[in-house]
Amino acid sequence: MQLQINEKEETVIITVEEERMDAHNSGNLKERMLQLFDEGKYQLVIDLTTVRFIDSSGLGALVSGFKNASARDGSLKLCCLQPQVRSMFELTRLHRVFEIFTTLEEALDSES
Amino acid sequence: MSKQVELNIKVPSQTRYLAMIGQIGESLAFSLNNYQGNRRELAYHLNLCLTEGLTNAICHGNNSDPDKDVHITILASDDILKIRIYDQGPGFDISARRKTKAHPCDEGGRGINIILKLMDEVKYVQEDGVNVLEMTKSLH
Repeated sequence: MQLQINEKEETVIITVEEERMDAHNSGNLKERMLQLFDEGKYQLVIDLTTVRFIDSSGLGALVSGFKNASARDGSLKLCCLQPQVRSMFELTRLHRVFEIFTTLEEALDSES
Repeated sequence: MSKQVELNIKVPSQTRYLAMIGQIGESLAFSLNNYQGNRRELAYHLNLCLTEGLTNAICHGNNSDPDKDVHITILASDDILKIRIYDQGPGFDISARRKTKAHPCDEGGRGINIILKLMDEVKYVQEDGVNVLEMTKSLH
C-alpha cells in the first residue's frame, strides 16, 4: 500500500494513496501505524481522499489504529471520505466511533 | 428467467486477485440490461460482496494456500443476480453469524454481516464436500 507520511507539529498525517483498501493491502497501514505508535506518535489523521473502495479489512485496520491510539491517550481522525466510503462507515455504524472531517484542515484544527 | 450473463472464474487463493474480481462485479452492474435501480450503488455493492466473499474463501476457507483455487460463478438474469463462491475449508455456521453483530471496536467479523445486509438471500452450504457461499440479489 502506498502511504505518504507528513508531520504537522504533534500530528502525523497518513495519506492513503490507493483507490482500494482491502484484505490485500490494509495490513500495511496497520503495521505502519504500529511503527508510529512505537515511535511515540499518537496523534494521527488518516486522509482518505483517493480511496474509492473500502471493505471490512480496511475498516478493521482503521479500528486497530483507533484502539491503539486511544489506549495511548492519542487520537485517530479521518478526513476526506468519498461518499461510498462514508456509506461503509454508516453501514457498519463506525461513523459513531470515528471522528470524521470533511477536510484535512478541519481535522488538524479540531481539538483532540 | 431469461439469462443474460454467466461467468465462471477460478483464481488461486491469493488476495491480490480481490481487486480484479471486485472490478468484474462493478463492470457487470453497468452492463445489465433493463436494470432500473442505481447502477453506481449496485456496482459498489457487488464489488464489496465479491471482495468479502472471496476474502473469506481465500483467508479462512483455503487458508491462503495458493495451490488451492477459489471458484466463483456469477449468473445474471433480468430478475436476479446469483454469485456462488466455493472454498475447500472447514466451513462456518452462517446462522450464528446472523445472530451476532461485530462490536464497534472489534477489528474483524464484519465481512459476512456486510454481505447479509446488502444481499437479499445468503446461504452457506456444503455440496459434494465443498463449501458454497451463495449470494442472491433481486434486480427489481
